[in-house]
Amino acid sequence: MTEQHPENPRPRGEALTAEDTFVRKHRRNWRGWKFVGPFAVVFTFVFVVPICYALYISFFQKKMIGGEQYVGFDNYSRLFADEQFWSAVGRVTIFTCVQVPIMLALAALMALAIDSMKLHGTKFFRIATFLPYAVPAVVSTLMWGFIYGSKYGLVGSLNSVLGTAFDVLSPDTLLAAIGNIVTWEFVGYNMLIFYSSLSTIPHSLYEAAAIDGATEWQIVKKIKLPEMKGSLAITVIFSIIGSFQLFNEPSVLQSIVPGNAITTYFTPNMYAYNLSFMGGQSNYAAALAIVMAIITMAIAYIVQLNSMKEQMK
Amino acid sequence: MKSLTKMIAGGLSAVMLFSAAACGGSSGEAADGSSGQKVTLNVWGWEPLLKDVADAFEKENPNITIKITNAGTATDQYTALNNAISAGSGAPDVAQVEYYATAQYALSDSLKDLSEFGAKDYSDFYTPGPWSSVNINDKIYGLPLDSGPMAMFYNKEIFDKAGVTSAPTTMEEYYEAAKKIHALGSDYYITADSGEPAPEELMIWAAGGTPFKVDGENLTINLTDDAGTQEFAKWWQKLVDEGLIDTKTKRWSDDWSRKLNEGNIASLTIGAWMASMLDDQAPDGSGKWRVANTPTFDTKATNGEDGGSTLAIMSSTDKAEAAWKFIDFAAHGKGVKIRVDKGQFPADKASLSDSSFLTKTDPYFGDQKYNEVLSKAADDVNTKWQFLPYDVYARSIFSDTAGQATLGKITFKEALKNWQDQLVEYGKQQGYKVNE
Repeated sequence: MTEQHPENPRPRGEALTAEDTFVRKHRRNWRGWKFVGPFAVVFTFVFVVPICYALYISFFQKKMIGGEQYVGFDNYSRLFADEQFWSAVGRVTIFTCVQVPIMLALAALMALAIDSMKLHGTKFFRIATFLPYAVPAVVSTLMWGFIYGSKYGLVGSLNSVLGTAFDVLSPDTLLAAIGNIVTWEFVGYNMLIFYSSLSTIPHSLYEAAAIDGATEWQIVKKIKLPEMKGSLAITVIFSIIGSFQLFNEPSVLQSIVPGNAITTYFTPNMYAYNLSFMGGQSNYAAALAIVMAIITMAIAYIVQLNSMKEQMK
Repeated sequence: MKSLTKMIAGGLSAVMLFSAAACGGSSGEAADGSSGQKVTLNVWGWEPLLKDVADAFEKENPNITIKITNAGTATDQYTALNNAISAGSGAPDVAQVEYYATAQYALSDSLKDLSEFGAKDYSDFYTPGPWSSVNINDKIYGLPLDSGPMAMFYNKEIFDKAGVTSAPTTMEEYYEAAKKIHALGSDYYITADSGEPAPEELMIWAAGGTPFKVDGENLTINLTDDAGTQEFAKWWQKLVDEGLIDTKTKRWSDDWSRKLNEGNIASLTIGAWMASMLDDQAPDGSGKWRVANTPTFDTKATNGEDGGSTLAIMSSTDKAEAAWKFIDFAAHGKGVKIRVDKGQFPADKASLSDSSFLTKTDPYFGDQKYNEVLSKAADDVNTKWQFLPYDVYARSIFSDTAGQATLGKITFKEALKNWQDQLVEYGKQQGYKVNE
């Protein structure tokens, strides 16, 4: 990158010549790249290249006998007939449909409660609900795992007090137990997003509403909830992506729950992990990753499209 | 905790690739270090005693430096190893590999056949179980480091309380004992198994089963008709159906060691190495625990192996001579005594019949001469057992399939068939000719 006119400060007020315009244009282009450059390089290497590589290897198959060969779309057709994969997708779909609404409703309630300015200690409450987000998922899962213990954990203590034999970690309730952990982890995060959009509402609106004799509920319904719609779209998309990528929580719980409770294909991500690192089938796992990415993107896109339509109204 | 280490190892393995690749660059070194040039051997292993062995080895062989890297325990290390092998660089010269994973690496040509160094002459040096695991298709793929013949560790105090006066020697007696122990209270069980490959796959081995046969590219997977496998399924089905086994506690979990400690889990069929670990898991059990041989499924004494590992030379190394020197020292020479003296369970006959080994007592086991029992356990190992060339994967999906039987929704017969179906499918995908 050599510059035609390295340092040619133009005195203020002097008229622009044609040459000057050319130089400025040239310089602007070059400056733009300088700003984008670092990002573009990192983006290419950590985002574009891995995706292209995954796409590339998903067209191959590596066998213990016979080595590596090009198989076209074989991995994909096998994936579409793979019951274990679809059961994993089904599981995270159920998880998403149940856990995301509960978590977001809780987060919205909390945000409204803090914003109502009728509570004491809101600052503490805000920090306290956000804190779980700062705890690494592995640690919080271990912690919940000990709480859930039906013999030595908190659940165990409750059992012995109440004389019940409730086992949260049994295969039937495990998904709900994981949902609880995830909700605990992320409710504060979503609450903050909601709260920040609430705090942008000018106070004059509330005063006007008060003068018009609006009740608290009417204020919530007519002013606050519409304001939260924009952030709802964001939190929904984040949450859907997050729960489709469920991995840490079930993977850590595997060492706590009975051996047969969490299968290696419990979630699509866990399935990919096991295929790749235990089964030596990284090509097939790559195909799985690509398909999962497409599914998640499609869902996120539909959600975004819907919310945009809402906002257009 | 295991998953935690798994994740750390996952991250480490990536780092390892770079650092190991950096070390591998010095290819100008002499192959065996005897010509005066310095050689550095990269050894991957998680066994802490390897460090002591390496120190002693370096003293005798000043030209060879041993660099031990802990790339994670067992499956975590295999993940790193697989990455290095498929990357084509960064693999170590020597790796610690468990017996059940040896076939996987041997048949994919990742390990060197040690016959050229005369390893075949060592066949009488080692006990039958470990030797049969490294001797694959008449080639030797590693030297046995330690072994884990299965034995039954039992809490004598609980057994006595339940009225089981002597340790069960057959499955029939084991079943009767299980009933008596469960009669002590609803949370007392003879053992725990939540559908895991250990103990289940190992009990199949101990039952004399031979469900897997490997002959080059030909595999036979026959869990449904194999006599030993079905014998195991029959007894385990009975124990699970009658609620005599704790099917909710996972091995090595926190609950598991607490229940061992408190006597709720009254016995374990597990590798002999447990003798040096039980006091950690169940410190309050001191003086209460004893060791007996694995109950047999018929009158003939057969046994299985739980764990144990070999030192193998990677076929990609260019320092095979030096590597052989090291593993020969560690697993056949002076290294054996160094490790056995520090409590590792030996894989060689001489150490197992050594009188100081046999007469060793431990107050934890009520001064029982427990090594006598464990030494017999090593003799009884069913040497017809073969591992699948993808046993690491087979075990990883065990709980998905065969392990579902302990949930009570399907029978062991059906569950084992599900495991078989997936193993057959995988085998075919990997290019094997599979017979059922």
